[in-house]
Amino acid sequence: MLTAEEKHQIDHEIGLVPSPKNACIEALKIVQQSYGWVSDESLKDVAEYVGMSTAELDSVATFYNLIFRRPVGRHVILLCDSISCYVMGYEGIRDHLYNSLNIKYGQTTEDGRFTLLPNCCLGTCDCAPALMIDNDLYRNLTVEQLDEILNKYT
Amino acid sequence: MGGYQSVRKVLKEMTPAEVQTLVKDSKLRGRGGAGFSAGLKWSFVPIGPDAATPKYLVANADEMEPGTFKDRVLLEGNPHQLIEGMIVAAYAIQASISYVFLRWAYKLAAQEITKAIHEAYEAGYLGENILGSGFNLEMHLHTGVGRYMCGEETALLNALEGKRANPRAKPPFPQVSGLFGKPTIVNNVETLCNLPHIVNNGLEWYWGLSKSADTGTKLYGVSGRVKTPGCWELPMGVTIRELLEEYAGGMQNGYLFKGLLPGGASTDFLVEEHLDVPMDYGSIQAAGSRLGTGTMIILDDQTCPVGFVHNLQHFFAQESCGFCTPCREGLPWVEKILLALDKGEGKPEHLLTLDFHTKYLGPGNTFCALAPGAMEPLQSALKYFREDFERHIHEHHCPWSKSKAWQPSI
Repeated sequence: MLTAEEKHQIDHEIGLVPSPKNACIEALKIVQQSYGWVSDESLKDVAEYVGMSTAELDSVATFYNLIFRRPVGRHVILLCDSISCYVMGYEGIRDHLYNSLNIKYGQTTEDGRFTLLPNCCLGTCDCAPALMIDNDLYRNLTVEQLDEILNKYT
Repeated sequence: MGGYQSVRKVLKEMTPAEVQTLVKDSKLRGRGGAGFSAGLKWSFVPIGPDAATPKYLVANADEMEPGTFKDRVLLEGNPHQLIEGMIVAAYAIQASISYVFLRWAYKLAAQEITKAIHEAYEAGYLGENILGSGFNLEMHLHTGVGRYMCGEETALLNALEGKRANPRAKPPFPQVSGLFGKPTIVNNVETLCNLPHIVNNGLEWYWGLSKSADTGTKLYGVSGRVKTPGCWELPMGVTIRELLEEYAGGMQNGYLFKGLLPGGASTDFLVEEHLDVPMDYGSIQAAGSRLGTGTMIILDDQTCPVGFVHNLQHFFAQESCGFCTPCREGLPWVEKILLALDKGEGKPEHLLTLDFHTKYLGPGNTFCALAPGAMEPLQSALKYFREDFERHIHEHHCPWSKSKAWQPSI
C-alpha cells in the first residue's frame, strides 16, 4: 500500500506531466526513498496508481541502474569502475572492500549494513579513484582511508 | 558580476530571431560532444503563431561519458550562469517550459541548482511575464536514475517522459516533435553557459577568445597519471601538449606518456605524434579523432592498453540499451574477447574478430551513436598498439601483469 505521504508526493509529480504514467520514474524514486528499494508489492502499487501494467513498469524500473529491484543494505557503496579510476587503480579499492566487508559486487553484508555496487564514471576523474556512499562522495581515495570512511556508517 | 544582464538585453532589445542569428554567427558548436552548430540546431524549431505549444528547452546535465567532469564544474560553481543561458535559449526558440536533466550522482549540483532556480523565480527571471516582457518560462530540475543512454538527446526525452531511455528514430527531429511530442531543444550545459557571454560581449569579442577556427573558450580536462589533473577554461585550440605539460603538470614521476583519448571514452586514441595538435573540433578530427567533450584521459606506459580498452568496452556493453542487435550482441562479444586477451587466452583470429566489429558496429549499422562511439577507441588501439595486442597472444599472458596483477572481471 502506498502511504498517504507517498501518494501526495506522486500526485505532485503527476501534476507536472501530461499523463500519470509520465511520472512513473519519479513515483519509483519516491517509493525507493521510503524503503531503500522497490519490492514487487511496491511495483504493483505504483503501476496501479499511475495506470500502467506491472510488466510495463518493471521494464522501466529494471532499465535504470539506480532503481533497486532487490533489497539493499542500510548504506549503498557505489564504486566508480570507469576509465580514469581504472588507470588510477580502483581495483585495489575494490579488493579491499571485498576483503574487509566480505562481499562482492551486488551483495549485502550479513549485518545489512552495506551493499556494494560498481558504478559508471562519477564525473570526478581528476580526483580518481572515487566512490559514493549514499549521498556522500569520496575522492582521491587510498586503501588506507577506507576503514575510517566505512566506520562513519552504522 | 552583471548577473542576468543578457536576459535583460534579449528580452528588452532583441527579437527571438535576432538571438538565433547572433548565436549562429558566433559559430558556437555544441559542447556535449557532437559539435553541431547551436544556432543552426535552434533554427529548425517552428516559430510563430501556428507553432505547436508548449515548446521545451532541456539542459543536458547527464554527464556520464567516462573521463568527463567538465559540466560538474559549471553546475556546482555557478548554476545561475546555466539558468541565465537557459532563459536566453528558451527565448530564442520561444519555449515556455524548461528542464535541467541532471545525473543522479551530482548531489551538490542538485542542491545548488534547486536553490538557484528558487532565487531566479524570486527575482522575477523565471515565471510569468519575465521583467515585464510578456515572456513566460517555467524551470524544473529532473534528476536521472542512472543510464549512459540518457545523454543521447532522444533517449533523454524518453527518460523525461518516464520511459526506458531508448533512442528514438529521426526524423521527426526533437526540434519538431520532441518532449511529449512538442518542439524541443536539448543543449549541453557548457553550450548554454556560453550564451550570456555571447549576448553581453558580442561576436568580435567571442570570436577573439579562440586560437582557432572554432570559436570561444572550452572547458578542458585532463585525468590519468599526470601531476596535476584538473579542468580549465581556456581559449579553444590550445594544443594537447600545452594541456598535458603546462596545465596538468606533465606525467607523474615514473610514468611515461603512451597515448590519450582527447574527449572522453568514445573518442579515438591519439599518440605522441599528435601532441602539438590544437584541441579544437576541426584539428582533432583531421588527426583522426574527435574533440568530444574535451576532457582527455591519459594512457601511461604502465597501464596495459588491452586492459584499458577492455575497461571501456565493459562500460559500453553494460550501458547499451539493448534496443538494436549489433550493439546488444556485438559489444559483449568484443568485451569477452578483450577479457580473453587480457587473461593470456587470446588467439590470433581474435584480432580479426575485433577488426570486423570496428566496421560492423561503426556508423550506419546501429540505431544510435553508442556502438560507433565504443568502436573509436578500439579501432585506434588496434592501429597504434597492435603490437601490444599481439604480445598478449604470443606470450600467453598480459605483459603488464608483473607491474599490475590481473584482476578477475565480475
